[in-house]
Amino acid sequence: MTDLEQLKEHPAISRLRAWNPTVVEGAKFDREEMSLYIERSAIREACAILRDDPQCSFNYLSDVTCVDWYPSEPRFEVIYHLLSIPQKERVRLKVRLNGDSPALESVTSVWPSANYFEREVFDLFGVRFNGHPYLRRIQMPENWEGHPLRKDYPVEGYR
Amino acid sequence: MTAMPALDAGQDRTMILNMGPQHPSTHGVLRVILEIDGENVVRIMPDIGYLHTGIEKTCEAKFYQQVVPLTDRIDYLCPMTNNLCYVLAVEKLLGLDIPPKAQWLRVMLNELTRINSHLVWLGTHAMDIGALTVFLYCFREREDILRLFEAVSGQRMMTSYFRVGGVALEPPLDFFDRVRAFADRFPSKVDEYENLLTGNPIWAMRTKGVARITAEDAVALGASGPTLRGSGVDFDLRRDMPYSGYENFKFRVPVATEGDVFARYQCRVQELRESIGIVKQALDGMPQGPIKADAPKVVLPDREKMKTQMEALIYHFKIITEGFAVPEGEVYQAVESPRGEMGYYIVSDGTAKPYRVHVRSACLANLQLLPKMCEGRLIADVVAAIGSIDIVLGEIDR
Repeated sequence: MTDLEQLKEHPAISRLRAWNPTVVEGAKFDREEMSLYIERSAIREACAILRDDPQCSFNYLSDVTCVDWYPSEPRFEVIYHLLSIPQKERVRLKVRLNGDSPALESVTSVWPSANYFEREVFDLFGVRFNGHPYLRRIQMPENWEGHPLRKDYPVEGYR
Repeated sequence: MTAMPALDAGQDRTMILNMGPQHPSTHGVLRVILEIDGENVVRIMPDIGYLHTGIEKTCEAKFYQQVVPLTDRIDYLCPMTNNLCYVLAVEKLLGLDIPPKAQWLRVMLNELTRINSHLVWLGTHAMDIGALTVFLYCFREREDILRLFEAVSGQRMMTSYFRVGGVALEPPLDFFDRVRAFADRFPSKVDEYENLLTGNPIWAMRTKGVARITAEDAVALGASGPTLRGSGVDFDLRRDMPYSGYENFKFRVPVATEGDVFARYQCRVQELRESIGIVKQALDGMPQGPIKADAPKVVLPDREKMKTQMEALIYHFKIITEGFAVPEGEVYQAVESPRGEMGYYIVSDGTAKPYRVHVRSACLANLQLLPKMCEGRLIADVVAAIGSIDIVLGEIDR
């Protein structure tokens, strides 16, 4: 199912749309997993709402990662895997970003655990997280050029 | 000329101390930058990436089945758990049904892996704190488990035993008897470790009240596994979001509320006992039947069929040379590894190679707790804290 209207009963979607009708750009329910496309500028507030709402209570951030859809645009998808420990449920949030200077707001103020995850995405994909307390490379050496997990970066590296 | 003091210890300022990346207590190549005031830690910053090998990037250039040996090498102390998490994710993408015998085997081997991993943790953790004997005992039992792995997969550590659609081979004839002999023997060995540590006053002084973390902090900082349960959060993926047939097994999830090094120690030691219980249940209830799913386009045919049937030979040739195409989509599969929530996020674009493989590392998240645990405490407690979150740098750096 990929229709937002069909899935609007889902607590995460109904709660987010009650807050701001345009914040959920799309939704997909595939292989028992729920994915929501979130408007880029609203990601931090959307996360805070999903964390604090008693119906949703997605209190745990499992993971942040990114997918590069080079050469199509919008090129990057930043992906958040949220877990609700009390409800034992997961939801996936996605934010689409354009290829030229991709940036979005950091969610470290919502979940401090996003710190290393976002640094890793910054390091390997070159996506900037505004408001991150310490946005430095984490896996690659400080003076490394390029972002290895981008699709236009060769598997063997540059030689 | 008057002698100058060698160090300006009297002055009010802090010192930067570098611990690692080649420090024996950092379990691999973790570098920790400590800002210290005398013996007290003012600030602590882990520096990682020394073991980064670009496994996620390499996966994108391999067929789905070829990724399995790479997953062994992500967390080299629990290869089977990595194998399981990866194959479950691919099977979810493919929509494959796995026969019960393969599921039971997977659960049994996963619990043996958990024991194996916890034994390495217990031995090295105790050695870091100064109890050298435990290490030798733990590695004695670990050797038994590694021999079981060798019997079933041909490899002691990098097992790669699980396949997309099942497991690689029937286990050898005497395998289950050997596992049962181990399962009968092992609980008394756990008593031995506990005799050495649990009531030991030195152990208690080094671990009780040290590196304390509250439940709120643990959840906010992304802790999982025994590190989370040691702080009183009762959450275990095996019980709460079961996978691979775990819903058929009865076990207790050990939880401790103190949130200190000792609480995490207790959780893991209790898990050793629970795991051996699951292994016994798996042995008792081991179903009969095939060990591979009925999916000729994905699962390699038996050797005998290949020699006698043309179709099987064709499928074999095609799977080896072209891999198998996986329908478009994305999945996130999480399993309870010995260290916490291990997750594989796989994106498929419909071809025979994964478009993106991302590993959610439990250790990477757990490592973020280190500053909260150590700041304001003694340097010696840093060693205890690092040991208590049971990090594996292969998994952190990938």
